[in-house]
Amino acid sequence: MQRKQRLSRNTAYFVPYTLWILLFVIAPVLLLIYQSFFNIDGQFTFANYQTYFSSSTYLMMTVNSVWYAFLITLATLLISYPTAYLLNETKHPQLWLLLIIMPTWINLLLKAYAFIGIFSQAGIANQFLSFIGIGPKQLLFTNFSFIFVAAYIQIPFMVLPIYNSISELKPSYVNASRDLGATNWQTFSRVIFPLTLPGVKAGIQAVFIPSLSLFMLTRLIGGNKVITLGTAIEEHFLTTMNWGMGSTIGVVLIVAMVIIMWLTGGSGKRHARKGLTK
Amino acid sequence: MAVNTQPIIHLTNVCKSYGDQQILKDINLELEAGKFYTLLGPSGCGKTTILRTIAGFTDATSGQVYFDGQVINNLPANQRQVNTVFQDYALFPHLNVAENVGFGLKLHKIAKAEIDKRVQEALSLVQLGDFGNREIGEISGGQQQRVAIARALVMQPKVLLLDEPLSALDAKLRKDMQYELRDLQQRLGITFLFVTHDQEEALAMSDEIFVMNNGQILQGGTPVDIYDEPINHFVANFIGESNIIPGKMLKDYTVEFVGKQFECADAGMRPDEAVEIVLRPEDLDIVPAAQGKLVVTVDSQLFRGNYFEIVAYDNDHNEWLVHSTNPADEGTPIGLTFDPQDIHVMRLHETEAAFDARLEQYEDD
Repeated sequence: MQRKQRLSRNTAYFVPYTLWILLFVIAPVLLLIYQSFFNIDGQFTFANYQTYFSSSTYLMMTVNSVWYAFLITLATLLISYPTAYLLNETKHPQLWLLLIIMPTWINLLLKAYAFIGIFSQAGIANQFLSFIGIGPKQLLFTNFSFIFVAAYIQIPFMVLPIYNSISELKPSYVNASRDLGATNWQTFSRVIFPLTLPGVKAGIQAVFIPSLSLFMLTRLIGGNKVITLGTAIEEHFLTTMNWGMGSTIGVVLIVAMVIIMWLTGGSGKRHARKGLTK
Repeated sequence: MAVNTQPIIHLTNVCKSYGDQQILKDINLELEAGKFYTLLGPSGCGKTTILRTIAGFTDATSGQVYFDGQVINNLPANQRQVNTVFQDYALFPHLNVAENVGFGLKLHKIAKAEIDKRVQEALSLVQLGDFGNREIGEISGGQQQRVAIARALVMQPKVLLLDEPLSALDAKLRKDMQYELRDLQQRLGITFLFVTHDQEEALAMSDEIFVMNNGQILQGGTPVDIYDEPINHFVANFIGESNIIPGKMLKDYTVEFVGKQFECADAGMRPDEAVEIVLRPEDLDIVPAAQGKLVVTVDSQLFRGNYFEIVAYDNDHNEWLVHSTNPADEGTPIGLTFDPQDIHVMRLHETEAAFDARLEQYEDD
């Protein structure tokens, strides 16, 4: 009797979460899929998908989105891995971690506007470039500034999982590797990196997927020179009011995300490899 | 020891401190090639730090570390001809058993066929010949231990450092591994430097033991020497079980304790010098009270399988630990006898050098 009560109370704890998932995750996704099969006049059709996969504009946008998400992820990874590694060597890693996480507390829009100021013709970046004699340059509305700002915003989400996996690494692994004759680079490439790969994968997921659908930064910082799928969705929903087409792009993005999670997720570091060899 | 034997490892005046904390205080250590050495001491005594200093994972604050006659203080760990078996084994979880063992060979750009051959040999050596394709997570703790040994031995080191490698194994497996390690060391002829806090393990396996406490080596010698002639209270207490009683050295070969005079085998002290007496529990024989050199009253006893552990008290309230094959009656007085050579006399605060000098002097007489 008591056990039953406890059981029902435990189930009660799940209610808010289940409601949340149903209302804000599952229902919207279903609606999106449903809507993607209707044209602008409300008639059922497969035309949206046909358009998407036959139009060079959309395919180009897809390629662009994936390419820039890739560049952003790569830049973020190249900065975050050494950062996480150094963080682990410091005396007060929690303090430094806090400093790295702090910018995420500030609204994305505010950070974007701050960068508009920094990268503008008379901004501090150009003042510096003039000072060392190579400026002023057009910084704002370039692909470089878009990737730079996007990477800046994503860094904390990459540093955290990598830092976690590095801090869990037993120091004796590094000693064992050196003991067996490995140089620092060999120790890194053969022991440290493979053992922290789960953190890297988690970081890539956390950065690549949101980067696919960035739209605000492409407009504010990138000057809409790069049209990504995120921008296209925004246009369809807010400007052309073609919700069907917007939904179709949304569905394509969701499918792409699932594929990436499947590719980078794996099921444990070792099993993936075993599956290949056996 | 022959004069021209070059020690394989030689530490001179090695000190190590972290801030104000002195971990190693003036360590002098000589290891001959081909012997089994043990650093024995309680946790935190600095024994692992000595190992790490030799392996190259940590630097000595001062003093020299010699390997085969060469100072290696500044030689990085990956260039030293020593290998380590770690306490937690430190087997790489992303590699399988054979890949772990072959890790070091692969770094040295050795041909694959040669690597495979040597890995197989090393695994056979630790009786894991068929385990090459297993994952580290799939094998037991004892097997991981063997893989760790194979991974170090495959590098053909001149010195193998073992950092409490048996501490994570259960008692039965530990005993088996003691025999195996000893056997392995004798077959391969490699110098082993073994670190442990387990005195039984040290006594069973070593050619020579260094007993450590508080960052110092208190005494070095063969297991028998250290057991029979502990230099001070700490060593006597740490190695085996003992009765340690305050006494007075009346003159050479005569010592007084619990108010009586006894003939003993020790000499070379000042007349009437305050000393400590060690009597091992297994050296005490139980006789009827009237015939005993000492009379004690049995307080309690425990059956330990191959002997009874008896706790008794004399009239001065000194505790006496006796190991006997026969039980005694609790609460009754018994007599204890022992031979003169069972008494070991320790001076207070005697250094190892002074101890050795005194021993040599009166043994020559």
